[in-house]
Amino acid sequence: MIEKKVRIINDAGLHTRPAATIVKLAAKFKSEFFIVKDGISINGKSIIGVMTLAAEKGSEVILSFEGDDEFEASEVILDYFNRGFDEM
Amino acid sequence: MVKKADNILNGIAAAPGIAIAKAHLYLKEIYEINGDPITDVDEAIESLNAALEKSKKELGKVFSLAYDKLGEKRAAIFEAQIMILDDPVLIDNISKRIKKEKKQPEYIVNDEISKYQELMNSSKEPYMKERSHDIEDIKNRIIRNLKKKKLQSRIKEDVIIVSENITPADTVLFSRVNALGYVTNFGGLTSHAAIVARSLNIPAVVGVHDSTNKIKDGDTLIVDGFHGEIIVNPDAKQLIFYNKKIKKLTEYDTELAKLKDKPAVTLDGREIIIQGNLDLIDELGLTIQNGARGLGLVRTEQLFQEFDGFPDEEEQYKYYKELSEKVYPESITIRAFDIGGDKVLPFDVKEPNPFLGWRGIRFLLDNKKLFVSQIRAILRASVNKNIKFLIPMITSMKEIRTFKSIIEDCKNDLLKNDIAFDNDMKIGIMIEVPSAAVLAGEFAEEVDFLSIGTNDLIQYLLAVDRGNDIVSESYQEFHPAVVRTISHIIIHGKNAGAEVSLCGEMAADILAVPLLVGLGLDSISVSASAIPYAKKIIRGILYSEVKEIAEKCLKMKTENEISLLLKSFLETHLKTESQNLF
Repeated sequence: MIEKKVRIINDAGLHTRPAATIVKLAAKFKSEFFIVKDGISINGKSIIGVMTLAAEKGSEVILSFEGDDEFEASEVILDYFNRGFDEM
Repeated sequence: MVKKADNILNGIAAAPGIAIAKAHLYLKEIYEINGDPITDVDEAIESLNAALEKSKKELGKVFSLAYDKLGEKRAAIFEAQIMILDDPVLIDNISKRIKKEKKQPEYIVNDEISKYQELMNSSKEPYMKERSHDIEDIKNRIIRNLKKKKLQSRIKEDVIIVSENITPADTVLFSRVNALGYVTNFGGLTSHAAIVARSLNIPAVVGVHDSTNKIKDGDTLIVDGFHGEIIVNPDAKQLIFYNKKIKKLTEYDTELAKLKDKPAVTLDGREIIIQGNLDLIDELGLTIQNGARGLGLVRTEQLFQEFDGFPDEEEQYKYYKELSEKVYPESITIRAFDIGGDKVLPFDVKEPNPFLGWRGIRFLLDNKKLFVSQIRAILRASVNKNIKFLIPMITSMKEIRTFKSIIEDCKNDLLKNDIAFDNDMKIGIMIEVPSAAVLAGEFAEEVDFLSIGTNDLIQYLLAVDRGNDIVSESYQEFHPAVVRTISHIIIHGKNAGAEVSLCGEMAADILAVPLLVGLGLDSISVSASAIPYAKKIIRGILYSEVKEIAEKCLKMKTENEISLLLKSFLETHLKTESQNLF
């Protein structure tokens, strides 16, 4: 299992468009993917789940990956977070 | 007359006629969730999947249009909604719970999705409440699609539909399942639902405050579409009175039916062509039966409902061709898709001010593919040489020249491919915006005919939202500015050599008919049910006399003076039994 702590850096935060993109990226991998914020764990492959996360600019979330392709999955999704959801 | 009883509710008389039947409450937004146990799990899962597919299809259209017009970012919300319908975690949970708990899918769907909404609502961030609304939308969409079959089959006997508000699509839908009348909480006289009700000959009373609370499902109702009254659970006396009235009306209708094949000629020999307005091919029978000389306004927006989306060129072609053949040798005037305003919009673009927004020709020029499909379909259907083409919401010369060049391109394309069409097909524009009224003469030189759309013209001229019952009293057909504007359009249009017709609801008002004839119109187009009444009036007046009346009206300064003059004219000249009826 891989766990990464990551900070939301774009102004608008984790709004609907990046939520959709994260779920689409996660769907490409077999690994389980969870986003943990304030102690609540959300399945990262569920759009409606990710949409319940209120993650403003500056807030921190933990991404956890588990499965055969967990390394590849974590690379791709972490990179998307670090690019500020391509809104920087 | 009946003494004013306490079981009477008042509203706006939107479509004439009287109906007596049981009330059917149609509550659109808040669905009653049925949590009954089920026996057939496979069937439940199947209907869940069907509802998800239907919802996906609906949203797919919304998304692709929003994407084209509003861009990727603003379309993202629709994409996310579509993704929810495929959400593996959510759908899995729902399916598992249906199998385990053996309850109606709508109950499980509501319960599961509401959990997420509660999470969002408990957030301190205000935008999470917005997000919860979006989720509400998708939840209601799935539940609606789960319920769809039930809703229609549940109406087995004749009923009167009681609803908060009713869309044109609903009006049409219900007219096919035994709706005898409509009652709504909101809406004004010229809301589109009212127009559809009139054209389908179904009595309607709108703007009845709180009717959905005051009327219970299964109450017996009398809908008086002449006076805008609803009688809830009538007593024996009221029932007898209204049943007598219905009988008298039927007799009067028989009387009017005798006029069917007679022309609408004034006593001194001026003939006015009365045509019919048509929303749906279903109305054609009544229109012809009432003696219409062709169709002066064929609205095409309803095709979106018929085809559950944008109909393609072939589907449209078949529809226009069938209409043209059924009405031949009389002509039909097909209006291009008039989308926007209060009209059926095939997708949810939220505009702060839709009546001043993306509608009519503006929408068509931005969606050229759709516009071209319609032009090609109409051209191909025009081989009988009885089709005219009408463009809505024109405000500038530039729009006229742009659409004309698009039509030319379509014609050249058809020529190249040896496809037959009427090269002389007449092209006209709606005059329904003050700018177009002012420039009517100049615009008329560019086209073959003008069609005055009074509903929009009046609301734009007087700055009154016609569907807003708070200000609907300020929506005045006989406002001096309206009368003078109509006169201006007729004079300048005719001088430029164009035909001028009028297709708004104003022409269906028995008070307005003498005025419109006096102002010099050669033809009017009204909903089917109004044709015999207009004809009876025209056959009872002198053109020379109504011309003088019109001239007097053009000099008057207040709405009150004009309507008083028209009322006294009608009373002294047309003393018929009809007055006791209405």
